[in-house]
Amino acid sequence: MTIADAVINSLPMQATVTPDWPGGYWWHWLFFTVLLIVFVLCMVMGAIYIERRGMARMQSRLGPNRTGPFGLLQAVADAIKVLLKENIVPDKADKLVHWLAPVIAFAPAMMIFAVVPFQDGALLADLNIGILYVVAISSVSTVGVFMAGWGSSNKYSLLGAMRNVAAVVSYEMPLVLAIVGVVMVAGSLSLNQIVLAQDIPFFLVQPLGFLIFFIAGCAEINRSPFDLMEADSELVAGFHTEYSGMKFAMFYLVEYAEAIAISAIIATIFLGGWRGPFLPDWLWFIVKVFVVFFLMVWTRTTLPRVRIDQLMALAWKFLFPLALINLFITAVQVMFWPPALPWLMVVVNIVIMVILVVSWSKFFKLGWGRLEV
Amino acid sequence: MTTTEMMTLKTEPFVLNFGPVHPSTHGVYRMRATLDGEVIIDIEPVVGYLHRGIEKLAEERTYTGFIPLTDRLDYISPMSNNLAYCLAVEKLAGIKVPERAEYIRIIIAELQRLANHCVAVGSFLNDAGAYFTPFMYTFREREKIIDLFDMVCGQRLTYNYMRIGGVSQDIPEEFMPALKKLVDQLTRFIEEYERLLKQNEILLARAKDVGILPRETAINYGISGPVARASGVKWDLRKADPYSIYDRFEFDIPVGETGDCYDRYRVRIEEMRQSLRILKQAMKDIPSGPVKADVPHLVRPPAGEAYAHLEAPKGELGFYLVSDGSIAPYRCHIRPTSLINLGALREMVRGWKVADLIIIFGSIDITMGEVDR
Repeated sequence: MTIADAVINSLPMQATVTPDWPGGYWWHWLFFTVLLIVFVLCMVMGAIYIERRGMARMQSRLGPNRTGPFGLLQAVADAIKVLLKENIVPDKADKLVHWLAPVIAFAPAMMIFAVVPFQDGALLADLNIGILYVVAISSVSTVGVFMAGWGSSNKYSLLGAMRNVAAVVSYEMPLVLAIVGVVMVAGSLSLNQIVLAQDIPFFLVQPLGFLIFFIAGCAEINRSPFDLMEADSELVAGFHTEYSGMKFAMFYLVEYAEAIAISAIIATIFLGGWRGPFLPDWLWFIVKVFVVFFLMVWTRTTLPRVRIDQLMALAWKFLFPLALINLFITAVQVMFWPPALPWLMVVVNIVIMVILVVSWSKFFKLGWGRLEV
Repeated sequence: MTTTEMMTLKTEPFVLNFGPVHPSTHGVYRMRATLDGEVIIDIEPVVGYLHRGIEKLAEERTYTGFIPLTDRLDYISPMSNNLAYCLAVEKLAGIKVPERAEYIRIIIAELQRLANHCVAVGSFLNDAGAYFTPFMYTFREREKIIDLFDMVCGQRLTYNYMRIGGVSQDIPEEFMPALKKLVDQLTRFIEEYERLLKQNEILLARAKDVGILPRETAINYGISGPVARASGVKWDLRKADPYSIYDRFEFDIPVGETGDCYDRYRVRIEEMRQSLRILKQAMKDIPSGPVKADVPHLVRPPAGEAYAHLEAPKGELGFYLVSDGSIAPYRCHIRPTSLINLGALREMVRGWKVADLIIIFGSIDITMGEVDR
């Protein structure tokens, strides 16, 4: 069922029409929307727990382990804490923009999940342009971030927001180009159809696309090593330096909701979504999401942060050309590859990826160093 | 005027305050940075937020009574401060230190160097954005060294262990086995650390050729310690002007080539290896005997003046004492390593980006307690 259907069905004269599952009544739709948001928020809490505990283990410390069994309730305790905190707005801040920013950043992160299939057909809206919708919606968060940076009237915030906009605009290109490769192989923009098309998971069929999407995705949602929009050692906290209380918590939620969203998209379009043996479908999906998220936690604990010019160079000199080449190769393969030999394509594509990545990394240098002032 | 020039947007530099409260200024250092976008045009250091008038306080205390205050200078390596001050008083009063005390001093001083370099390397990587992992790893090792210091003097941060004419008490029985174990552990730990970071692509991109301090500039600014040695100045007071019994030990002075941030990091890691070498030799040769010369509680050095310096972990640390024959120094001047090393910061950061400012600052390794005194 799509959102358009839901709207039509909610009109009084449509009430007599027998709807298909999950029901054409508007309250059905509302019910599932609320359910989905609650479920996503629970997943976000799980993500926060995994990040804090997993990171602590990697850093030879314990992490939160006092609140509830194994510290599972730490996120709840933190949520209560931030709810009770004072909301401080800087004197010189643009009050409206400052207030609106967390909301604008928060909504798109939730909206992405409307098209993510948790198992076959279990999605709020099976848009036939699903992946396009994801790409479009996910960039809206940037507006919220930039509003936060501008509205706070703080130079650290502004620098962080500027970096964020630059990064998102640059990384959108390779991100979308990597998706186009997948779409060409799957032959559909609908996320459910893409999952159904993955008899071989697409991270094997499109290894280079997977790599580009993962890196660009990390950069898009400010995960380390591309977290320089909120670089804690440089810009204090980047765009949310001047936020406190629940508004800060909103940004904190956005950060993890986006991470979970990107993990879910990667799991859906590259790792075969809900498909897998033995376990129930929805469990497979959640496991895959958290595996991808764990990869992000892992890189965060291991790698130092890149510089802004290196970030840009990586997008435009490395990921963008490789994504174009990947697109070209995929197009040729989709046209001319004999359908009887899908596994041979996997081997060929992995070889192509290794050759391209290794040779490309010899070509260029990250960043450009000192400027004369 | 060409079209491109006409279309170029007008930009103007803006001033950004780093500190005195900022996560990466290692205390309460403040930099007024003039930025053009992300590029540093100029910085203006502002010091004095931690000024406690320690030099003046020395005039109000007995010679022995000033030792605890030296702990508060460079609180990352208080043992070296203790030792430097005691060397100055001993030189002034002509006191001979027993053999065993000399060995204990060397062992403690080298352990202190290891502990300091652990902090320096860890926080440098933290500044580079490696989210606390190297930091926690190095602090784990520093903890073991601090346990040893706890064993000999009962303190974990401000030791007050060195005395005029020796050390306050003999090392306990369990110290030597524990030290032997620690040396083995540290040897392994340094290897682990090298595996993690030596060839890290992002660290190389961030630190190599960044913040170069040319050899001549280093000498002109009076830079000492690992920062000078990274610039290729082979100047180590343990070899250049051997104090205590350093002339009996065999070790090398690691020097860098280009004087960039990466070289400073490398020099520190190599120095940790050399310190372990010294420790091994000192452990083997340590004689038994008294640990403190027969010095009256109220030392009354003859009227005159003396300057003693040593190779503290951060560089040359000197104490200049003037005596008028009374129980307190007439004047005590401290040659602070951190403040003098900080002098070249402005030369090093101009033309680099905000992110580079932070890691160049981190690579100098300063303690604000010593800068402001």
